[in-house]
Amino acid sequence: MVPLAWYLILSAALFSIGLFGVLVRRNAIAILLGIELMLNSVNVNLAAFWRYGDVNQMAGQVFAIIVFAVAAAEVAVGLALVISVYRNRNTVIAEDIALMKW
Amino acid sequence: MTTELLIWFIPLPPILAFFLIILFTHKNKTLSHSLAVGAAFISWMGSMVVFVSALGVHELGAHPFSSSINWIPTADTWLKIGVLVDPLTAVTLFFVAWTVLMIFIYSIGYHNYGQPVGDHDVMGLPPHGATVEEHGHKHMVPSIEPMYSRFFAFIGLFAFGMYTLVVSDNLLTLFVGWEIMGLCSYLLIGFWYAKESARDAAVKAFMTTRVGDVFMLLGIVFLYSATKTLSFREIFTEEILHTLASVPSGILGLSAAGLIGLLLFIGTVGKSAQFPLHVWLPDAMEGPTPVSAMIHAATMVSAGVYMIIRIFPLISAGWVEGLPINNTMAIIAFIGAFTALFAATIAVAQNDIKRVLAYSTISQLGYMVAALGIGAYVAAAFHLVTHAFFKALLFLGSGSVIHGMEHGVLHTGEHVDPQNMFNMGGLRKKMPITFWTFLIGGFALSGFPLITAGFWSKDEILADAFGNAHLSVFVTLATAAFLTAFYTMRQITLTFLGEPRTKSAQHAQETKWTMTLPLVILSVFAVGFGWLGIPEHFPVLGAFSANWFHEFVGSTLLEPPAALEFSWTPLLTSILVACGGLYLGWLVYRKVTSVEQDKLQIPVLKNKWYFDEIYDFLFVKPSYWLAETFTYKWIDSGLIDGILNAIGRTTSAIGHALRNYIDKPIINETIGDGSANLTQWFGRSLRPIQTGHIQQYMILTLFVLLLVGGALFYFFLQLGLL
Repeated sequence: MVPLAWYLILSAALFSIGLFGVLVRRNAIAILLGIELMLNSVNVNLAAFWRYGDVNQMAGQVFAIIVFAVAAAEVAVGLALVISVYRNRNTVIAEDIALMKW
Repeated sequence: MTTELLIWFIPLPPILAFFLIILFTHKNKTLSHSLAVGAAFISWMGSMVVFVSALGVHELGAHPFSSSINWIPTADTWLKIGVLVDPLTAVTLFFVAWTVLMIFIYSIGYHNYGQPVGDHDVMGLPPHGATVEEHGHKHMVPSIEPMYSRFFAFIGLFAFGMYTLVVSDNLLTLFVGWEIMGLCSYLLIGFWYAKESARDAAVKAFMTTRVGDVFMLLGIVFLYSATKTLSFREIFTEEILHTLASVPSGILGLSAAGLIGLLLFIGTVGKSAQFPLHVWLPDAMEGPTPVSAMIHAATMVSAGVYMIIRIFPLISAGWVEGLPINNTMAIIAFIGAFTALFAATIAVAQNDIKRVLAYSTISQLGYMVAALGIGAYVAAAFHLVTHAFFKALLFLGSGSVIHGMEHGVLHTGEHVDPQNMFNMGGLRKKMPITFWTFLIGGFALSGFPLITAGFWSKDEILADAFGNAHLSVFVTLATAAFLTAFYTMRQITLTFLGEPRTKSAQHAQETKWTMTLPLVILSVFAVGFGWLGIPEHFPVLGAFSANWFHEFVGSTLLEPPAALEFSWTPLLTSILVACGGLYLGWLVYRKVTSVEQDKLQIPVLKNKWYFDEIYDFLFVKPSYWLAETFTYKWIDSGLIDGILNAIGRTTSAIGHALRNYIDKPIINETIGDGSANLTQWFGRSLRPIQTGHIQQYMILTLFVLLLVGGALFYFFLQLGLL
C-alpha cells in the first residue's frame, strides 16, 4: 500500500486548490465549484483514514456518504440562489452582488 | 348678703354692661345707655350701702371688711386676692361712685342723645351737626354721636377697672385695675380715631404711663420677692415694715421699703401725670369731655394718688411724726411740690378751656403727692376726695360750655374754635346753671375760704407743711395756690363775664337737664364735703365739728396721726393767696378781650416749657432712629438679609461652578459624549471591513484562523500539552 501520507497530501492539495478557487474566482458558480472541490478533498481524507485505520469500523464510510449528501443538497440550494440572483441582477460575478455592506 | 359679699359684687355691673353692649345692644342707643347708667347706678347703690355700713363700724381701721380667696398656688402657700374696705377705701368708694354715676348721666346729654343723625357724620369723627327745617328756615343743630354705644361700653369697662382697683386688698388686683384703666384711657382718648391728633394723643398717653408702670411692676416684684405676699393687710404689719425698713437695698442708699416705695411711686408719677411724666395729660384732652372728667380728673389720675396713699406705710417705714422725712418721702414731696408749681405756671398761658383744667389737675395732684411726701396722710386723702368732686364739676362744666358754644357755632355757621376762651364771653347770661356751678367749682379749686371744700383740704395741706417745718414745700405750694386762683379767675372771667366776643357766644344756649343736673349735684359736694374735715382747733367753727374725716380716715393707719396744732400763719396765707389770686385774675382779665391783649402769653409758658420738644429730641426721635435706621435698615435689612443673600449667592455660585466646571466638561463631554464618540469611532473604523465581498470575508477568516490557531498551538506547546 502506498503510505497514508500521500493520501493526506493529496487531500490537502485538493483542499488548498479548492480554497484558492473560492477565494479568487469571480464567478459565483466557480466559487461553488471550489466548494465542491473542498468537500471532495475532505471525502478523500475520510476514506484514507478509514482504510488505513480500522477497516471494520463503518464510521468512516458513513461519514463520507453523509458528506456527499450534504454536498449535493448544498449545491442544489447554492445553484438555486445563484439563479435567483442572476434573474434579479443579471450577473453572477461575486463582486457585483456585494449589497450587504455598510 | 353680707357686706363682704356685696363688696365683691360692686365692680361687676359695669363690666357686665360692657359685654352686653359690645355683644348685643350696640345698635340700640337707648338700650346701651340704659344698661351703662343702670350698671353705674347699681354699683353706686352697692357703694353707698357699703359706705353707710362702714360708717357704722367701730374701729374700722383695725377691723375692716375683708374677704379673700386663694388665687395662685405657689409652692406650699397661696397667693391670695380679695377685697378690703377700710376707711380710706370707704371714702374713695364714696366719691368714685358719685362721680362715675354723674358722668355716666352727663354723657347721655353730651353725646346728644335724642338729636337727629348728622349730615356728614362718620364713625371715628366728632359729630358735625344735622340740618333741620324749622319755621320755614333751615339751620344746623348738634347731631348724635355716631359711636354712641361704643362710648358707653368703654366707660363701663373703665368703671370696672376703677372699682376693682379701689376695693382690692392686694397689689396684684390693684395693678390689674390700673392697667384696665390705662387701656380704657387709650381707647377713650382715641375715641374719635379718625382724627390724627387723637390717635397720637392716645399712643402718647399709653406710652408715657407705661414707663411708669414698668417701674411699678418692678416695685411689686421686689416687694413680692422680699415678703412673699402682696396683700396689704399682710405687708403693713409692724414686723414686715420694720424688716423692710432696715434691710438696705443697695441702690441710692435706700432701704428695701424705701426703694419699693419709690418704684411704686414712679407708677404714680406716670398715672397721675407728675413731672416728668406729665406730658400726656394735656394732650389727652382730645377725648370727649366726659372722658376728661372721669379719667383725667376724678378717677384714673386719682387712682395713682390712691395707690400711693394706700402704700403710705411702706413709704414712711421707719418714720414717725416729728422726725425728718426719709429719702423716699423727700423725693416724693419734691416732685409733688415742683409739679404743683410747674403746671400752674403753664396753665396761666393756655387758651383752651380744657387745657387750663388739665394743667390744673396736674397741679392739684402735685399737691396731694407733696402732702403725702411730707407725711400728711389725712390731708392728702382729704384733698383727693374734694378735688375729685370739684374737678369733675369743672370738667363737666367746661363740656357744657363747649356744647353751648357748639350750638352757637352750628346756628351761626361761624368757623371758630368752640373751646378757645377768647371766643367766649358773657356766657353767664346764656348759660346760668353752668355759670353758677362752674363758679362754685372754680372757687373750690382756688380754695375760696370757708364755703368751698377746696379751702378746707388745701388749707390742711398748707398747715401740715408749715406745722412740720417744711418751709420750702409750704412756700412752693402757697405760690402754686396763688397762681391757681389767678388762672381760675382768668378762665371764669374770659368765659362767663364781660360781653360775648363772637357771634357763636351770642347764640350759645344752656344745655339739657342730663348735663346740668350732674353739675348741680357735684356742686353740692364741692361745697359741703369740706365741712366734714374742719380741724378741731379752728377758731369758732372748730368747736362744732369733731373733724370726722381726720378721725375716720386717720384710723386706717396702724398709728393714727395726731391732729395738728392750729396756727394762724398757714390759714392767713391760704386766705390771702386764694382771695388775692381771684381778685387779681378778675382785675386783669375783665379788660382783656383778645389774645393780643393778654400779656401772659409768654412763649415758654405757652409751649409748656418746651418739654414736648425736649422729650421728642431725647426719646422719641432716638426711638424712631433705633427702629427705622438701626434695627430695620442696618441690622435687619443690612446684616441679616445680607447674610441670607450672601448664603444664597454662595450657593448659587457653587451651583454654577459645579455645572460649568464639573458637570459640563467632565461628565457631559468627557464621559458621556466621549464614550459615545469612542464607540462611534470604533464603529466607523471597523465598518469598512464589511465590504459585502464574500471572498474577502473568507480570506479574512482564513487569516484569523491561521493566526489564532498558530497562537493556540504555540501556547499549548509551551504548556506541554501537545
